[in-house]
Amino acid sequence: MSVDWSQVFDLMSLLKCFVVGGIICVIGQILIDKTKLTPARILVIFVTTGAVLGGLGIYQYLVDFAGSGATVPLTGFGYNLAKGAIEGVKQYGLVGAFTGGVKNAAGGIASAVFFGYLAALISKPKMKKQ
Amino acid sequence: MNSNSSNPIESKQKYQEYVDKKSPNSPILKNCFNAFWVGGLICTIGQIISNICKIRGLDLSVSSTIVSIILIGISAFLTGLNIFNKIGKFAGAGSLIPITGFANSIVSPAMEYKSEGYVMGVGGKMFTVAGPVLVFGISASIIVGFVYLIFNTQSITLV
Repeated sequence: MSVDWSQVFDLMSLLKCFVVGGIICVIGQILIDKTKLTPARILVIFVTTGAVLGGLGIYQYLVDFAGSGATVPLTGFGYNLAKGAIEGVKQYGLVGAFTGGVKNAAGGIASAVFFGYLAALISKPKMKKQ
Repeated sequence: MNSNSSNPIESKQKYQEYVDKKSPNSPILKNCFNAFWVGGLICTIGQIISNICKIRGLDLSVSSTIVSIILIGISAFLTGLNIFNKIGKFAGAGSLIPITGFANSIVSPAMEYKSEGYVMGVGGKMFTVAGPVLVFGISASIIVGFVYLIFNTQSITLV
């Protein structure tokens, strides 16, 4: 199958994605350097913030603008969860609030569990120096 | 007493000024710059995958799932091969904040506790960091669903 490379490397979409994704990471870096938050807490803050902004409908604008620049950072994971919960409620009512979020993020969660376990199995047993 | 050296309090103060002048700016700027371009690059790789999916006629939510799966898979194995830690040391939040950091946070503790066995060691410790992320993320999404249910009256009839 021939691929239209000009569409794959659509410069405008890649540039917007690069800038927005980079800025979100810089916010995280400032939190790491300026506060004493552990990386685990920062991940939690980002996912929760994404879920709240997604629930308020604000994050959708960022996703429309930057594509993967907004969905690849962990805020996008939270946005995915919140969006799924809202879609679930629309479709199934109360039950959807419980099923929709995880359903929408299932690919990420399941692949993280599966690949995570596999990668840990094949990892070199060498202890890393911190 | 020691008249030939400067006043210790004064020199301490000078030292503090010197430290303040030197330390906060340069590392933060450098860290932010590295985080920016590495984080941006990881997102851009995601966008390239997503563009390929779009050409093949997949809709946006499916293609963003595919992007997540591919990036998670790559970063999980790079962590297992001890390569991701080196990237992380250099890029900081640039590799932590994208979904690659989530995969890394699963594999790193699992590797460390491998000696405790394959069930409770690897299987259990996988979630030391990812567990809280899932707890707060999923709980927040359920609350969002509740709030949506309450404030959109037409959907209450569905319950």
